[in-house]
Amino acid sequence: MITMNKVSKHYGSFQVLADCTTHVNKGEVVVVCGPSGSGKSTLIKCVNGLEPFQSGEITVNGVSVGDPQTNLSKLRAHVGMVFQNFELFPHMSIAQNLTIAQIKVLGRDKAEAEVKGMQLLDRVGLRAQALKYPGQLSGGQQQRVAIARALAMDPICMLFDEPTSALDPEMINEVLDVMTELAQEGMTMMCVTHEMGFAKRVAHRVVFMDHGRIVEDDHKDAFFANPSSERAQQFLAKILQH
Amino acid sequence: MGYSWNWGVFLQPSATGDDTYLGWMLYGFKMTIGLSLSAWLIALLLGALVGVLRTVPSKTLSGLAMAHVELFRNIPLLVQLFLWYFVLPELLPKDLGDAFKQSHPVVQQFISSMVCLGLFTSARVAEQVRSGINSLPPGQKNAALAIGFTLPQTYRFVLLPMAFRLVVPPLTSEFLNIFKNSAVCSTIGLLELAAQGRQLVDYTAQPYESFITVTLAYVLINVVVMFGMRWVEARVRIPGYIGGGH
Repeated sequence: MITMNKVSKHYGSFQVLADCTTHVNKGEVVVVCGPSGSGKSTLIKCVNGLEPFQSGEITVNGVSVGDPQTNLSKLRAHVGMVFQNFELFPHMSIAQNLTIAQIKVLGRDKAEAEVKGMQLLDRVGLRAQALKYPGQLSGGQQQRVAIARALAMDPICMLFDEPTSALDPEMINEVLDVMTELAQEGMTMMCVTHEMGFAKRVAHRVVFMDHGRIVEDDHKDAFFANPSSERAQQFLAKILQH
Repeated sequence: MGYSWNWGVFLQPSATGDDTYLGWMLYGFKMTIGLSLSAWLIALLLGALVGVLRTVPSKTLSGLAMAHVELFRNIPLLVQLFLWYFVLPELLPKDLGDAFKQSHPVVQQFISSMVCLGLFTSARVAEQVRSGINSLPPGQKNAALAIGFTLPQTYRFVLLPMAFRLVVPPLTSEFLNIFKNSAVCSTIGLLELAAQGRQLVDYTAQPYESFITVTLAYVLINVVVMFGMRWVEARVRIPGYIGGGH
């Protein structure tokens, strides 16, 4: 579904990504982790072309992201993305947040989009909030709406960029529950996250990054039981103690 | 101080005989409002466009927009007015320049003033709009693009509705300024409010009555604008939304 081949990116002389090669198969959940500044957020933003990269190739469902001929808007419409800071549109009600792109991008009619939006709101347990505005919801609720908004576009895969990092601890689980459910239904997912519990429970593979390089790319059991690099061992030792 | 007040002066027939002095004031009042509103329309539309262009990825477009802003905000308003009124008609193609010069003097003065004030203020509006767009969290643009919006759709549905809400207060200042700046247009002979005030002094030697009236008229206009913009601000307020960034 997603393939990356020797992707490199630099800002001036600063190398953000160096020869990153990995893939996400259909129905697979891949967790990307690593210390801050390791390039994991940049990597996931390259997948839907939000960040340009200078060399290498990324394909999503066979379409090359870096190719100037590619219609990126069309590609992105089917690649859901969830952000650290939710990024709901603050001037629209929750219902409008869920329908606007269905109507303007996919060309669905309003009634159809509303039905779809309400179904998804129901699914994330927020049907009662449909007429409120994002500023009136808690962080966890906003992030669940953001997931529903992405799902409303019938995505072929979902990208999560630290979806729980901006949340209060007690709201993290409500978001992880929604993500776990999605994964169990067979959604193709690439998640940048520090939630190692989630990774252990749900992921198929774990990609570990450091200084813009993919240091480990392994089955999750192998990664947690026996990380091959010293850097990953240190990282896990620090994270898992807590 | 020996000044003899005479508020009745406004009801006297004017020196030209076809109106009262109150009629002169009303003419100036209407001229100020007509000029400022039409210039504001230009400033708002052009300023919004230029402000948006300053934030787009294309270097050519943002460069052009920056040139517009720097040109119109760095030349004194009075100099700009003289350029529009005295110099530009000479630079136009001959037919067009002649047509302009043969039109009614009031039309010449009004058009020059409107274009001048409109473009001058558009540079300032553009800067407000640009800062409004730039003050939005960068994730908003990413979120809009990520969901499949094109760049124009991203501006239309996500960035501009928020940016305009944020810039209502600074735009209020610009709106107030355009009325006050319109007084400069009396220098090319346009009989707006300030010009009528001065003319009234020349004919009646009642400066206090005249300029108190002019001042109150400007205050009236600006109070109406302020309340109008406050109403707009309240109208577009978003439930639960506090501040700009994260």
